[in-house]
Amino acid sequence: MFRIFISLITLFALTIPAQAGIDDAINSITAPVAGLIGQLVFFKITLFGAKLPLVVLWLVIGAVFFTFYMGFVNIRGFKHAIELVRGDYADPNSPGEVSHFQALATAVSGTVGIGNIGGVAVAVTVGGAGATFWLIVAGFLGMSTKFVECTLGVKYRTENPDGSVSGGPMYYLNKGFTERGMEGFGKFMGTFYAIGIFIGALGIGNMFQSNQAYVQLNTVAGGALDGLGWLVGLILAAVVFAVIIGGIKSIARVTEKIVPFMAIFYCLFAIIVILMNITSLPEAIGNIFTGAFTGEGVAGGALGALIIGFQRAVFSNEAGIGSASIAHAAVRTPEPVTEGYVSLLEPFIDTIVICTITALVIGTSQVADPNFAGDATGVAMTSAAFERQLNWFPLPLAFAALLFAFSTMISWSYYGLKGWTYLFGENQTGQTIYKLIFCAFVALGCMVQLGPILDISDALVFLICVPNILGLYFLAPIVKREMTSYMARLDSGEIKKYKN
Amino acid sequence: MPNTVLLAIDGSPGGERALQYAKERAKISGAKVVIAYVIEWSPYSFNTPEENAERHKRREQEIDKATSTIVNPASAALKSDDIDCETIVRHGPPAETLLKLANDNGVSQIIIGRRGQSGIKSLLFGSVAGNLIQTSPVPVVVVP
Repeated sequence: MFRIFISLITLFALTIPAQAGIDDAINSITAPVAGLIGQLVFFKITLFGAKLPLVVLWLVIGAVFFTFYMGFVNIRGFKHAIELVRGDYADPNSPGEVSHFQALATAVSGTVGIGNIGGVAVAVTVGGAGATFWLIVAGFLGMSTKFVECTLGVKYRTENPDGSVSGGPMYYLNKGFTERGMEGFGKFMGTFYAIGIFIGALGIGNMFQSNQAYVQLNTVAGGALDGLGWLVGLILAAVVFAVIIGGIKSIARVTEKIVPFMAIFYCLFAIIVILMNITSLPEAIGNIFTGAFTGEGVAGGALGALIIGFQRAVFSNEAGIGSASIAHAAVRTPEPVTEGYVSLLEPFIDTIVICTITALVIGTSQVADPNFAGDATGVAMTSAAFERQLNWFPLPLAFAALLFAFSTMISWSYYGLKGWTYLFGENQTGQTIYKLIFCAFVALGCMVQLGPILDISDALVFLICVPNILGLYFLAPIVKREMTSYMARLDSGEIKKYKN
Repeated sequence: MPNTVLLAIDGSPGGERALQYAKERAKISGAKVVIAYVIEWSPYSFNTPEENAERHKRREQEIDKATSTIVNPASAALKSDDIDCETIVRHGPPAETLLKLANDNGVSQIIIGRRGQSGIKSLLFGSVAGNLIQTSPVPVVVVP
């Protein structure tokens, strides 16, 4: 297998002269393609002077609907979610199975990615401070969407003949509609989603991650890696290759174990930066609220800020994309709805906690010095905010960024692969082909500018949302029934707490 | 107090010595032996999505392997001497799980082999026998 990889690298190196021009060449090819895809998927309507992509409206309406339809489960279910994660309701007689904590932790490390560091900076650059407000609102509403999709993910998962489990939107769309007598439509939706996720995995969970990891490495290296995106890309791709094709699972295991601590460290460092800027904090918070409703200096005003906030929130917490339900589906529980409760903590941790902290880092720095980052955006902007306080802070940030990117890429390679195997079966050659494509895109991500990458990634992400949310509307009554029945049994004491 | 002892084994030479000790004692006292094997596991670990998807399958395999290679031979060794015994294979944190099994089975004693880990290793990872001694409500025999 390594031989294939080496020959691919050689081929690559031979066809394109190894010089700084490679990145430019690749960029000039991809930018127009990205623009075209972006225009197609982001069909925009003009509303009160703001250009509103229909697909963002699709996500916002979905999240608002599920929040009301589930009776504000995002607030009412929060305490129960924590009890479940703590293991208060775990049956002591079946230890050794995937616990709620494990399913959540795995999904969170797939979700917490560069979006939390770089995506927020993009939101603030384009949508102003007010975008942060809408980002938090989107995280809050996204908790309900996540609740619905993860409950369905567990309920309709498939137990494979070898004892492993497969779940996710392609399964619940197919089975859920079939159960309602719409077999043909179910098959179509499952297939539509599976195609969406395996192509989409190449954007949000791949190119965007490797791109921003490279940018941050380059920042720390003081620009020494300028034009060497192809080299960093190939190295990153080689490590991903070693894990997903070479079967060196230990790298992935170690990453999985470090990432949660890295997330905590990232938050700690970020809080230090905010504290060092404490005098700017009240004004920064004020800007978030006023910006949210006035949209000062933002194209499209308040609505423009709202659109950007929602767009970046979904990109970070994946609510409505359905991807996390693939990871959540592995949990072992007799009550699928319990994983729904647990999953609502995911947008909370990802968006309401981590993204908000990043936004405050940038916001407070902006108050102190409006031009602190120059032209930088994305992860470079967050890095500049860190550097303003202590000049070595970008270094731990680069380490965090690299690990976040890596764990997200590993998780998404799995999500994409599940889409692929859903379509083409478990055939090993087929799986290897997909994994090779995945690695190639990791490398490509480092050679292209952030703009086109965001265009492609956003477009692909939203392509996956369309079948998923459509399915969620149809299947939400099933989730509601499960939730009502579960809550009644919980209140009556039929469902016991094992720990106090 | 019922005449039942809990024998904790782990497939190591220490576990083998504990088995021999339990066998001799049970022969003399006519005690029933509950053989326990704990597969180290925590519900709070961090795994890859792939590991989680295969967890149920792996769990079955782990239990089968422990039962056939470690627990069943131990049980056969006791039964050959007409000692009444029962076997349990369980996932969990070792010391805590053994204590729970001791409580559930109302045993009067826990027998465990000494691992003989170095100071640093037991400092880092803790010693099952050490933890048991500190927390057990019944006497613990550590077989050297």
